[in-house]
Amino acid sequence: MAESSFDIVVIGAGPGGYVAAIRAAQLGLKVAIVEREHIGGICLNWGCIPTKALLKSAEVLRLAQHADAYGIEVPKASFNLAQVVKRSRSISAQLQSGVKHLLKKHKVIVFEGQGKLAGKGQVMVGKDGKTIADLTAHHIILATGARARVIPGMEADGKLVWSYKEAMIPEAMPKSLLVVGSGAIGIEFASFYRTLGAEVTVVEVMERILPVEDAEISLLARKSFEKQGIKVLTSATVKSLKRGAKQVTATVESAGKTSEISVDRVIVAVGISANTENLGLEGTKVRIEKGHVVVNQWLETNEPGVYAIGDLTLPPWLAHKASHEAVICVEKIAGVSGVHPLDVLKIPGCTYSHPQIASIGLSEQRAKEAGYAIKVGRFPFLANGKAIAIGETEGLVKTIFDVKTGELLGAHMIGADVTELIQGYAIAKTLETSEAELINTVFPHPTLSEMMHESVLDAYGRVVHF
Amino acid sequence: MAIEIRMPAVSPSMTEGSIARWLKKVGETVKPGDILAEIETDKAVVELEAEYAGVLGKILVKDGTQNVQVDALIALLLEPGENVSALVQPGAAAPKQAAQATKEEVAVVTAVALLAPAASNVGASGRILVSPLARRIAAARPVDLTRIKGSGPNGRIVRLDVEAAPATSMSSVPASLPSGAYEEIPNSSMRRMIAKRLSEAKQTIPHFYVSIDCSIDALLELRREISDCPEDIKLSVNDFVIKAASLALRKLPGVNATWTEAAIRRYKSVDVSVAVSTSSGLVTPIIKNADHKSLAQISSEMKELAERGRHNKLAQDEYQGGGFTISNLGMYGIREFAAIINPPQSCILAVGAGEQRAVVKDGTLGIATMMTCTLSADHRVVDGALGAEFLAAFKKLIEHPLSMLL
Repeated sequence: MAESSFDIVVIGAGPGGYVAAIRAAQLGLKVAIVEREHIGGICLNWGCIPTKALLKSAEVLRLAQHADAYGIEVPKASFNLAQVVKRSRSISAQLQSGVKHLLKKHKVIVFEGQGKLAGKGQVMVGKDGKTIADLTAHHIILATGARARVIPGMEADGKLVWSYKEAMIPEAMPKSLLVVGSGAIGIEFASFYRTLGAEVTVVEVMERILPVEDAEISLLARKSFEKQGIKVLTSATVKSLKRGAKQVTATVESAGKTSEISVDRVIVAVGISANTENLGLEGTKVRIEKGHVVVNQWLETNEPGVYAIGDLTLPPWLAHKASHEAVICVEKIAGVSGVHPLDVLKIPGCTYSHPQIASIGLSEQRAKEAGYAIKVGRFPFLANGKAIAIGETEGLVKTIFDVKTGELLGAHMIGADVTELIQGYAIAKTLETSEAELINTVFPHPTLSEMMHESVLDAYGRVVHF
Repeated sequence: MAIEIRMPAVSPSMTEGSIARWLKKVGETVKPGDILAEIETDKAVVELEAEYAGVLGKILVKDGTQNVQVDALIALLLEPGENVSALVQPGAAAPKQAAQATKEEVAVVTAVALLAPAASNVGASGRILVSPLARRIAAARPVDLTRIKGSGPNGRIVRLDVEAAPATSMSSVPASLPSGAYEEIPNSSMRRMIAKRLSEAKQTIPHFYVSIDCSIDALLELRREISDCPEDIKLSVNDFVIKAASLALRKLPGVNATWTEAAIRRYKSVDVSVAVSTSSGLVTPIIKNADHKSLAQISSEMKELAERGRHNKLAQDEYQGGGFTISNLGMYGIREFAAIINPPQSCILAVGAGEQRAVVKDGTLGIATMMTCTLSADHRVVDGALGAEFLAAFKKLIEHPLSMLL
């Protein structure tokens, strides 16, 4: 008989759940994890990782197509879609087995099935309609994540209308594509398919694409995408989708005008819905508001001993936010001292399109709305030696400081490799540096990171290279 | 940016002090070298000099405030062109504060109690672990960083800690308690320092005591002769005691020493601390190199140091660093007493009154003026025999006072 009594049982083995389990094991707690589908969750099976693999293929193609600009001759670069997808899938498989190994290494007991609360401190694991285990735990962490939000009439059918999942494993290249929603997921697919040659139209209900980003960055992104041939419709809504035999006709309303767009495929990326169903939350004190589980700063739900982390809870819905909440939640349970609640303004967000977009903290507008007197620094890729050397002169690093304290309120970047650069500002924010420490930091030359320095200098009227 | 004026550390051991009084008013122009305020430390009042020029923009810690931690922000100096209004925080306008004084005082007491495990964020180096942002926010509010317990890694003070802390009060006069069974006299920083050091000494140093009776008739006779001299030198018995002790210390350097875990530290010079009572406690001014000084020098130096000591005007090096202490309660008619060692020293000599006693000498009963002295010694440093040897040497000098003049 397998072990059935634990300190912590985690339901869901995505980047929130498996990190919670590993951290709990590190702290000497006896922990089990329940997963209904695949270890690693959406993130590494059907999200973050496989899309990065696809986007890398797109980047290699783009580079090959522009090789002549670097003095390299590549006879007509082309791609093999099946191989591109295969590569992406094999990377997911590799990482999934990696996470399985990590769980095993930390002696986390894995139950493959659907976890469900079954009374105080009780978790029932079911599979194929049968109960395969009854577990008891002092603490139960819900980490079941989310799925693509479905809008009536725009349900994915797997053929003409895709969710992220079908969009990740195309059998054939659509000639034309409509992307509904311009958040990170929509934009990444738009970028991928455009680079591979599809005619792409992005429809966004808000007045600008990437609406959570700083308006200036969002505008630069739009210009760049339009230059690449992506059609962008903002303040626009898809009224209906008429599914034909091989094409879909979308009725799009924008500024009071209605137009019809016919495309081979539609990708719907209009946000997420939390997986709160079939968790046995009925009859518990766990509260759900606007589809998400309500938790306090320590990720405790209203039901004693039940916690929720990641996409189940409030935004931002990001893998690294889930992982970090996992650590906070477990450390609080274990009584680790000095645990701080997560500050959403210290969570970076990245979009891996071409160009890349990365940001942390408050946008210029939100900083102003919050009543800060601000200093804004800007530095363009165009003025950075390394950017010119690598042929990536499109982009901007923007920083926002509080005049009174010198706090870095926000940083917003667009351009090559900014998703790798943003963590420098994340460290700065976590260490609570002021502009002085950033100004005094030595940045290596020649690097793109120098722009992060120059942007700060610019905010304080000391920019050197621009 | 305004220049921050912080509580200075007058001595390495000082952790807190009091603002005795401000000598500059808000709005007054200050030049480098001007005396801004008098700071009362554990045993003296020192003057706080301005290092920069400017206008005193704001006094954050008022006259008479006690327990001000070293490095706490106490005032802000405005640079030329800066405006006072820039320093005033929204919602903390001065008149409002005055009106709420009583309330605030109570609040301060509570706040201090809540923040009692202070200085935990101060590393061994004395550096406060604080994020740059937290430091700036603390300066602006203002919040005394030395009183905040940091919640960050290694006790680092982060923004949340500063935001959660009450702003440093403008006054910390203890709340008056309902009168009745007792009256509470607020402890001066000197009183607290005495309490702390002596409790520590009595609790951690293994004291032992040896006493000896010294005949001082010869000494009194010599003293009379000297006072009859035209030079008009008035020596006290205590001056002789200082001289005799210093010579005995030179002879037995093992007594002029300090215990440390690694080694016993023997002092190369004979610096004798002499306890002087003041209205608020006691100070121990030092006669340095007492073994090399004449009785007249010792006497005049002692008078001068005692006088300044009584008015809290001693410089730090005038009361810190002696190797041996003499405490004399003879003037009160005390026959004998045992004193508590004054750390880090290892011995203190308690001197009683000179009084006529019946003594048996060479088989006959006679009268002699006797003075009983008791040495309290740290047994880790001084063994019984050494303590006894020291007192014997001391007695010999006291009873043969001319040998002190050699």
